[in-house]
Amino acid sequence: MPISASDLIGWLDTLVQGVLLGGLYALFAMGLSLAFGVMRLVNIAHGDLIVLSAFGGVALVLGTGGSPYAAFAIVVPAMAALGYVLQRVLLNRTLGGDILPPLLVTFGLSIIIQNLLLEIFSADSRSLRAEGFETASIQLGGGIAVGWLPLSVFLAAGAVTVGLELLFGQTGLGRAFRATSDDRVTAELMGIGHRHVFALATAVSFAIVAVAGIFLAFRTTVAPSDGPGYLLYAFEAVIIGGMGSFWGTFGGGVILGVAQAVGFRFDPGWGILVGHLACLAVLLTRPEGLFPRTRD
Amino acid sequence: MTESPNARPARAGRAGLWGGAALAAGLATLPWWADASTLRLVVEAVCLLVIAQMWNLLAGYGGLVSVGQQAYVGLGGYALVVLADFAGLDPFLCVPLGGLVAALAAVPVSRVAFRLQGGYFAIGTWVIAEVFRLAVANASVLGGGSGQSLVAMRAFPKDLRESLTYWIALALLVAVMVGLYGLLRSRHGLALTALRDSEVAAESQGIDVTATKFMVYTVAAFGGGCAGALYFLMNLRISPDAAFGVNWSAFTIFIVVIGGTGTLEGPIVGTLLFFLLRETLADYGTWYLIVIGVVAVVTMLACPQGLWGWLARRLDFSFFPLRRRV
Repeated sequence: MPISASDLIGWLDTLVQGVLLGGLYALFAMGLSLAFGVMRLVNIAHGDLIVLSAFGGVALVLGTGGSPYAAFAIVVPAMAALGYVLQRVLLNRTLGGDILPPLLVTFGLSIIIQNLLLEIFSADSRSLRAEGFETASIQLGGGIAVGWLPLSVFLAAGAVTVGLELLFGQTGLGRAFRATSDDRVTAELMGIGHRHVFALATAVSFAIVAVAGIFLAFRTTVAPSDGPGYLLYAFEAVIIGGMGSFWGTFGGGVILGVAQAVGFRFDPGWGILVGHLACLAVLLTRPEGLFPRTRD
Repeated sequence: MTESPNARPARAGRAGLWGGAALAAGLATLPWWADASTLRLVVEAVCLLVIAQMWNLLAGYGGLVSVGQQAYVGLGGYALVVLADFAGLDPFLCVPLGGLVAALAAVPVSRVAFRLQGGYFAIGTWVIAEVFRLAVANASVLGGGSGQSLVAMRAFPKDLRESLTYWIALALLVAVMVGLYGLLRSRHGLALTALRDSEVAAESQGIDVTATKFMVYTVAAFGGGCAGALYFLMNLRISPDAAFGVNWSAFTIFIVVIGGTGTLEGPIVGTLLFFLLRETLADYGTWYLIVIGVVAVVTMLACPQGLWGWLARRLDFSFFPLRRRV
């Protein structure tokens, strides 16, 4: 069967939109990748924290009537502070040899956040209006258009990746993160208190979560029960990309976005399913991920 | 002659056995004097308790913290629909068959899931459960996303249907408790206990860690499948969101942690507490979930051995003695 030109354009469009969607997933995944890399902490409430940030932005705009962009200036530092405190008073106590305590406590937080949001905001979907920015686009010709908003999210994900690589590779804090991750006891002997370092790592992770949550509210509607879905996308991006590298996570997010976009093109009911299957296929064939860290 | 150090636990164990038998006999008379809503509540409690015991076996003994047991609950439920409505089998027979279908599915699934460890295993099992949910939601023959009703049960009069479902639930509970007690006191149970305490040490003593974990995973899938078939036998209506929902995992994990992991009594205590909280807070929407979440988090931090573990340690007592003293 010959492929017509319009078919080709259609597939190209799917690919472009999938890559841009992948930027959002990369942003979801970066905080999870960071927390696992530094603390071996798998945060089940990760998706619910994304949704919490989105609702934080919505509440702020509704409450003050201010610009939706101001949400970044308030919600990002607020989430970072929440991350520091949560790690310091709650999550640090769960980290040890056993994997059940951190999983159970973050699972508990997930259920608590979801149902509190449900009680406060009802089950309705909400979103942030970005003053026309969310619908503006660049025409690439041939009927393919790139939205300014998805492009901004993609670029933000790239910027966060570069920022994390620099933070880990070039700064004293990054050295403390890596040292604590490698050997907590020796790091402690060198004067690096792991409780404070872990709390800082969670603060950075939550700040990225807040950026992701606000972009999410610009892109689409958010409901209190959406969190677990976003946790799974973040997890899949990390698994596809391979652990231990932020560029790997970025690549994993892009592949997940493309897989979902291709699935959606076949049938609207298949998009998310194809994304899950892509992750499981990588797990079966390349358990270390597609872009494992080569340098140490 | 001094008493053997195992005599007192053995006496407590005998008391547990006779007490359990008397309780089961008493519960069996329920359909003659309790109303339908009580029967439904007990069946639901049995479903959660069975799944909780299976998760306890997985996480408390096998070190496999799964958040994806809803995959097997859902498979058991949909096996019931397919076998009873489409193939015309007796719906009550479908409870063990639902378990069998789930156990068969666990064989290939474990090959994928076992590639992950720790926290990633937990989320990986959740992804697999979502694959099942979305696959079923896309199958129009199974009613798609909105689900369908169980037609086969219309052949039974209401009273008979409710009583039979209840007795099957009771039989399942007794079978699971006796089966788990037997398993944990057997050679495999000793291997599991060793595995729970130290995977490396267990392996060095010649225990096949992978095979033991695989066995536990399959048994847990079987139990989950039976509980799923039983639940939807009572519910008479199934949908992908209800069958494969993560709440199955949330509730049962909270039940086990609050009651106490690594004991057979813990999940029973946890289930009783769960229903007590839910029924008490029934008028306050989803607040019972928030309260249960808080109680689980506090228990994990303040009393990680759970309510029963705390009590058993203080009283030095166990209805289902699994420890040996030397």
